[in-house]
Amino acid sequence: MKKIEAIIREERLDAVKKALEEIGLIGMTVTEVSGRGQQKGIPLQWRVGEYRVDFLPKLKIEIICHDDDCNAAVDAIMKSAKTGRIGDGKIFVLPVEAAYRIRTAETGEAVV
Amino acid sequence: MVNAGDTAWILISTALVMLMTPGVALFYGGMVRKKSVISTLMMNFAMLGVVGLLWVFYAYSLSFGPDSGGFIGSLKYVFLNNVGGEPSSTYATTVPHLAFMMFQGMFAIITVALITGAVVERIKFSALMIFAVAWLTLIYAPVAHWVWGAGGWLAKLGVLDFAGGIVVHVNAGLSALALVIVLGARKGFRHEPMEPSSIPLVMLGAGLLWFGWFGFNAGSALGSNSLAASALVATNSAGAAAATTWMLLAWNQRRPTLLGIATGAVAGLAAVTPGAGFIPPIYGVLVGIVAAVICYYAMIAKMKMGIDDSLDVMAVHGVGGIIGVLAVGIFASIAVNPVGANGLLFGGGLTLLGKQLLGILSVGGFAFGGTWIIAKVIDTTFGLRVKEMEEVVGLDLSQHGERAFGGIR
Repeated sequence: MKKIEAIIREERLDAVKKALEEIGLIGMTVTEVSGRGQQKGIPLQWRVGEYRVDFLPKLKIEIICHDDDCNAAVDAIMKSAKTGRIGDGKIFVLPVEAAYRIRTAETGEAVV
Repeated sequence: MVNAGDTAWILISTALVMLMTPGVALFYGGMVRKKSVISTLMMNFAMLGVVGLLWVFYAYSLSFGPDSGGFIGSLKYVFLNNVGGEPSSTYATTVPHLAFMMFQGMFAIITVALITGAVVERIKFSALMIFAVAWLTLIYAPVAHWVWGAGGWLAKLGVLDFAGGIVVHVNAGLSALALVIVLGARKGFRHEPMEPSSIPLVMLGAGLLWFGWFGFNAGSALGSNSLAASALVATNSAGAAAATTWMLLAWNQRRPTLLGIATGAVAGLAAVTPGAGFIPPIYGVLVGIVAAVICYYAMIAKMKMGIDDSLDVMAVHGVGGIIGVLAVGIFASIAVNPVGANGLLFGGGLTLLGKQLLGILSVGGFAFGGTWIIAKVIDTTFGLRVKEMEEVVGLDLSQHGERAFGGIR
């Protein structure tokens, strides 16, 4: 089992969701997050002049999938989240040690 | 004799001005960081309690009681002794003395509340309460007496202040500046971005201020009459002109901002306050435009000087008030208000302008110096500022144990 954490642009969520659905991945957790990368934030306006906000709003998608599905999932996110402009986000893949379904007490691959 | 129409208008105006203090709270509360929203609202709302109480105990008497040497009232009206349903023989002679007293009380409350905008996010709440009591007694009461009290030395001299350009705005602005100089800047000032918690809250506050300002200025006619109407039109025109001007200034620089247009409105409304009932109402437009431009650049200048008057009490209220007080010296006309005087434009020469300038210098100097001393005394005895850790955590949690926006649920 793998965990995919993808930091994406807010406006790409629907496209990413659709792309994952097409390869059969429905379950996901989405969180509003703030972070920064190369561009170091954005300028906003105060009463006069500007101030710089370091952290930009992004969405984090967390998916747990079978090892076999991982490459396809990453590929789907890569394509659907891309705009080509700076700030498109990043994808991280982590190993998952164990999984439990609370309702039935199932464990392991059956949970995903 | 009590006049029903006048009394109705003053009672309504009192209620309108009351709403300005929670308005200021929201105006300020939206501009501070999320961790300081409760603290900022609290600093203002608490004045409705503390100042509202002291006003009926003794502060009204010190401000408007029978004159002592031109500088202060007396104790004749302490605990509302000799203040009843019959009109005062001196002030607002067609409404119950009680109504006039409470109308004036709302001005005292909001003036103290205005000052808090300069010192948000680092002042100890307990120290601020001590400051409020001292400032109301030692600065506000004398200044109100000088300008508005029967026998006050500036009033006798002929200095004109219709609704508080000197007593409220110049007084609060210069006092705020002195308090900030003693207190110091917020940790991280000029280094960290200090993002407003909620600009919609700022607009709500500015909207309530504008609404209440009709009572503030038109109520200061102290009657339900044509002068009240004239003051109301001057007020709205100045607010509208200043809001539009600020919007264009910000647009020219980058984009038109809601924070800017709300700020512009308040600057224009502050500026027209001293002249609302002395100048022909159409000149309110001019006062608004000039106030917006000068206050805008005053803010830029303040940023360059590195003084952390956090929410621009001096740049908006102080500078706006000064412009308005001087504008009286230029645009006042006895055709509008026979108890006023003619300014420069209407054949009065430089006399009135000179008096207005004296009003600014004497009150501004007294407010700045007096407040500096009060602040120093509190700072050395009690301490004005919260501990560094409390400041980092935020005053909402450290001073009040509350937060503005809930947790997970």
